Amino acid sequence: MKKTSPSSYDEMLQADGSVRSAYAGYCGWYDEQPPDLLRRKGSEAEAFFRRTGITFNVYGNEDAEERLIPFDMVPRIITAQQWRKLSRGIEQRVRALNAFLHDLYHRQEIVRSGRLPARLLKNNEAFLPEMVGFTPPGGVYTHIVGIDLVRTGEDDFMVLEDNARTPSGVSYMLENRETMMAMFPELFTRVRVREVSDYPRRLARSLAACAPSGFGGKKPVVAVLTPGIYNSAYFEHAFLADQMGAELVEGSDLRVENGRIAMRTTRGYEPIDVLYRRVDDEYLDPLTFNPNSVLGVSGIMDVYRGGGITIANAPGTGIADDKAIYSFMPEIVEFYTGEKPILQNVPTWRCAEPDALKYVLENLAELVVKEVHGSGGYGMLIGPTSSKKELAAFEAKLRAKPENYIAQPTLSLSTVPILTKAGLAPRHVDLRPFVLVSPNGIDITPGGLTRVALKKGSLVVNSSQGGGTKDSWVLDD
Amino acid sequence: MLGRSANGIFWLFRYLERAENISRLIEAGFRMALTRDASDASDEWRSLIVTLGLRQSFEARHGTEYTGPHVFNFILRDKDNSGSILAITEEARTNARMVRGGITREVWESVNDGWMQLKEALARPVTETRLGAVLDLVRRQSTQVRGAMEGTMLRNEIYNFARLGSFIERADNTARILDVKYYVLLPSISYVGSSLDNVQWENVLRSVAGERAYRWLNAGRMDPRGIAEFLILDGRFPRSLAFCYSKLRSNLASLAREYGGEMHSHELLRDADCQFHQATIEGIFEQGLHEFIGTFIRNNTSLALQIQRDYRFID
Repeated sequence: MKKTSPSSYDEMLQADGSVRSAYAGYCGWYDEQPPDLLRRKGSEAEAFFRRTGITFNVYGNEDAEERLIPFDMVPRIITAQQWRKLSRGIEQRVRALNAFLHDLYHRQEIVRSGRLPARLLKNNEAFLPEMVGFTPPGGVYTHIVGIDLVRTGEDDFMVLEDNARTPSGVSYMLENRETMMAMFPELFTRVRVREVSDYPRRLARSLAACAPSGFGGKKPVVAVLTPGIYNSAYFEHAFLADQMGAELVEGSDLRVENGRIAMRTTRGYEPIDVLYRRVDDEYLDPLTFNPNSVLGVSGIMDVYRGGGITIANAPGTGIADDKAIYSFMPEIVEFYTGEKPILQNVPTWRCAEPDALKYVLENLAELVVKEVHGSGGYGMLIGPTSSKKELAAFEAKLRAKPENYIAQPTLSLSTVPILTKAGLAPRHVDLRPFVLVSPNGIDITPGGLTRVALKKGSLVVNSSQGGGTKDSWVLDD
Repeated sequence: MLGRSANGIFWLFRYLERAENISRLIEAGFRMALTRDASDASDEWRSLIVTLGLRQSFEARHGTEYTGPHVFNFILRDKDNSGSILAITEEARTNARMVRGGITREVWESVNDGWMQLKEALARPVTETRLGAVLDLVRRQSTQVRGAMEGTMLRNEIYNFARLGSFIERADNTARILDVKYYVLLPSISYVGSSLDNVQWENVLRSVAGERAYRWLNAGRMDPRGIAEFLILDGRFPRSLAFCYSKLRSNLASLAREYGGEMHSHELLRDADCQFHQATIEGIFEQGLHEFIGTFIRNNTSLALQIQRDYRFID
């Protein structure tokens, strides 16, 4: 195995080409396999995914309506020790996020104390005035969180993004593991990997624990709200509902009845206690938000504020995903937990600040610039791989609306090998662990979704832009 | 379960059943056309388009010239035909995706797999040489899904809605074939037909995969009364109207047990079902086969609508 990308941290190989301890078990197995085995398995895996229907719709591309996210068969491996530290950092951050959201929608102590500029909330569409003064059942805002981590060295994990709104991708975490176990069962007898498969059960339990009180001792009814089969993540919605034994509902199945949200079943309308919604805030309630929405339920916000239903995640949590807010996360963690953050942020320049803007403009070609409200790799500039023309165009945008942007150094993301025609080759990766929050505590599934840039040298791991995924292993002690 | 899911399951199985029945019709038509001269063959193809209620859209596309490849490509894959086998198979799959949580992995995979294969097979125009293989594929998918359903699905409401969809559709299809072909059967009612009629009758049977069963039961004797009786009243033949209704009866009955009560659709079914117990084929011919079938199709449609209302398929 050859190391080809000396500037970034190779998670499998040391500088001298020897295998790091995390990958010792895997590489031992790999070296014993016939050379073309993995490639043969690759086409098996693709056929398997197509048949089972794990697909990903890409907006604006008719032909590729149901495209597969490429799956790479070399796992991404994290040691038990690394995971322990990550878990502590994730838990701290998620605790802070929930306290922060509660504060934002109540007394706004963090603004009063001068740690967070009030301008970040003003005219910010993600901040919902409808939530002010209201506490969701159980005090939980972010029932499901995905924390995007990048790694730049042995012990250097940093948070690239918080996904407090509606993190997706957990079905890939689960199906990738299923696929690996189906294709290489003997590998799992040699390397002890922690289970991820009970995620749906944990999710169901966690959501049920957040049900509103006062509706009798019955088992809470949980339903998943999807925008429908044309949504890019429909497979995941259906998959999770199925695995949880919950109904998969659309807006047209729901209506308000006696102060509750009820779904139309073959036996009549039945009330729902917890709605795991995969519909954005904006479309949730045409009476309160976008009046043209057909994806939501008229009147659900009134029912919600009346205590008739739990909405997961709570409306208005998207404010925590804002990249300008993100840049304040170290302060936010400290403010609410009284502790130093365990996980660092990626260094971030807020272009709203004149000094930062000046620096960013002078160094545009070296930086990554992101829209404050953007997501999924759209509307961003990667300085080092952009042409002069693209840089100039972006500079104009930056000057016109600096407060719309933040900038970060182009990180040398760590690499994990993928299987290419020419054998193993390193590619850049990130990691999204999934976190569940309920009044019973914070529950982190050992693993997550590893996204990998399949193009050599590319740093864009988004599945909408040619990224793939890997099975992510946390080793058992 | 959700009313919308019940609707999805119901239509998934209706579409699969429909695709299978259409493929049999094409096959029977193709066989007839092969044994006739050009102008009679063209008549056969026209009759197929008429049976499927596609005359207007076909003639808008191809004019009044009915050639085999035009006709079967139109039925199989033409974009102007919203009821093409390709379109309804896609509908079936869309419904399966929608109710993915209500069906087993085996059922989903056979629907999805069948759709992928058919989509590939129908990506280019079908030639006469390929026609057999394509029709085979359609029937195999339907058979496979049915097998997966029987072998893996819980016998609960979902299963019952699936079966209701299948048998409502099958009864409708058999009735429509009879309706279009009744003129073939009718004039010959009082005498034993010529050999040409024999071929026509056999073709009717072939359209519903009943030629072997009929021959076996009747020792090769072809007469229109026997054929009509077989397709309408013979409860042993799985595509007869009586058979479909006996299945509808038992599936609606188990829904009533599961739901602890009957609905209006149960009444409609009882009324419709009666006719098979009391009717004789003589009586039906006396009343007029066409009238009988017309009434049957209307009642069958009302029953389907009532099921959809009773179980809140739509709001």
